[in-house]
Amino acid sequence: MSTGMAPATGPKTNLPNGGVGPQAKDEPIMDCDIHELYYGTFKAVRDTKIPIEKNAITAFIGPSGCGKSTVLRCLNRMNDLVRGFRFKGMVRYRGKDIYDPAVDPVAVRRYIGMVFQQPNPFATSIFNNVAFGLRINKYKGNKTEKVEQALKRAALWDEVKDKLQNSGLSLSGGQQQRLCIARAVATDPEVLLMDEPCSALDPIATRRIEELMIELKARYTIAIVTHNLQQAQRVADKTGFLYVDTTQGGRTGYLVEFGDSKEMFENPKEQYTREYVRGEFS
Amino acid sequence: MSSPDPVPSRHEHETFLHRVEEEAAVNPFEGVDFSELEVSLYRPRTLLNAILSCIVTGMTLLALIPLFFVLFMLIWRGGQKLSLALFTQLPPAPLEQGGGFGNAIIGTLIMVGIATILTVPLGVFTGVYLAQAPGDSKLASGVRFSAKVLTGFPSILAGVFAYGAIVLTTGGYSAIAGGIALAILMLPTIILTSESAIAMVPAKMKEASIGLGATNTQSVWMVLLPTAMPGILTGVMLAIARAAGETAPLLFTALFSNYWLISHGQLNLMQPTASLAVLIYNFSGMPFKNQVELAWAGALILVALVLITNLIGQSFSRQQVQQ
Repeated sequence: MSTGMAPATGPKTNLPNGGVGPQAKDEPIMDCDIHELYYGTFKAVRDTKIPIEKNAITAFIGPSGCGKSTVLRCLNRMNDLVRGFRFKGMVRYRGKDIYDPAVDPVAVRRYIGMVFQQPNPFATSIFNNVAFGLRINKYKGNKTEKVEQALKRAALWDEVKDKLQNSGLSLSGGQQQRLCIARAVATDPEVLLMDEPCSALDPIATRRIEELMIELKARYTIAIVTHNLQQAQRVADKTGFLYVDTTQGGRTGYLVEFGDSKEMFENPKEQYTREYVRGEFS
Repeated sequence: MSSPDPVPSRHEHETFLHRVEEEAAVNPFEGVDFSELEVSLYRPRTLLNAILSCIVTGMTLLALIPLFFVLFMLIWRGGQKLSLALFTQLPPAPLEQGGGFGNAIIGTLIMVGIATILTVPLGVFTGVYLAQAPGDSKLASGVRFSAKVLTGFPSILAGVFAYGAIVLTTGGYSAIAGGIALAILMLPTIILTSESAIAMVPAKMKEASIGLGATNTQSVWMVLLPTAMPGILTGVMLAIARAAGETAPLLFTALFSNYWLISHGQLNLMQPTASLAVLIYNFSGMPFKNQVELAWAGALILVALVLITNLIGQSFSRQQVQQ
């Protein structure tokens, strides 16, 4: 990995987070500054600047089509897979612009993991699902230990410890999503992006994932997209509200307001935010 | 938004409640003729339904007749001759009794094996390319079109092509030439089934792998191919089953041989090679009873081989990942 962005990958391990050094407390770990973002000729997002603080949960809320998932997918360059994607702006991770042409998007994704809306385990055993990230990074240490640790962090270990060789697809939806979280944390990323991780789950499974997120923020920095305002209120430290601007012909999303969640929900500054969080439009 | 909703007056409200009660009192099923719902063949709709069901069932049974007849003839005529000697002995000379076609079974297996070794990597990788190429890729649509055209390619032309390209340039009929002719027939099937098997892997799985920091290559090797494997193997088995039964391409390329491929302890793939299909073709036309009986037995064994290959292929397809 000669990306130049690795802070100090220690010699002990080849995992991304191996040699992360201390960092100033109030400096955000990621700084997302989107000037303009296009899919082909469609301008999807404009003027969105969201800092993401270390060991905190940052939520993106807003109506459908406001580009909140698009913004999230910018943070680990998942949008590169979309044809016609063009980006003007900057996404800084530890001060380094990940859209710098010299940066390898593959390496970025090893530091900034992702959990998707639909649980998407691979069609292989539970063990192999979690060990996938270790394999692609050619992890030399004890895989079994690492898999157990990841499953424990994802609060799934007790439910699957006796059936690690069963297919990941045999689990229930909520368990599958926790398996995906285990898979993402197995390689010790620094940031976890979650794109509506509970929208395909029932309320009980949702509750478990929310509790899990709060546990996980001690170790990881989390950014989450959610449709569920209560969820953002329950888990997020910071919240960004995005809205759709239809005045210039298209449907372009932009950031209306960003701040502490408590402040956002109890005392929003902008009128749009106020109407949205009170459920006056959606 | 701030203007207050008009509150209905007391009178309006009472009228509304009264209307609701009135509507509820009316029998909601009034006007429905329940005799309409009874099943009766006197009704044209039901009668037509019954007649069409009979026709469809009858046609299906009719379609089964040739299939069962062929199988019955094969088992009846070919089964009489079945013995271990068929597998261990060489074809008899005219008027000679006994004999077998061990060399033809081995020849078929070897030539199909050569074709499989040639086509599986080529076909599967092409399938990966086609499944991964962007929708407007000219190369991908060109290859896909050619593969589709090739699926309907007359097998005798594959033979003529291999005759010109291999037999004439290497100076003789050979198992290699036969294998290449069969490969031409297998390739399009493998390409197209691999492509569709890979395209059927849910996109979210590839997304997951990319999201975990896998390269494209890692995603293909560790996620797409393993997940698509049952489908790919089904396609390979179907292609093998088709190639094993081909006669025309082998007539031009491998011809036939009355001897073993291995002589003096050495396997020689550059000599004319026997195959079950060509043996059936040659022997069934001979005026000798023994040869004709051998052709029937050969046909039975060939069908059994193809059937087994097909069954293996189907067992793979049952393991296909459910989305």
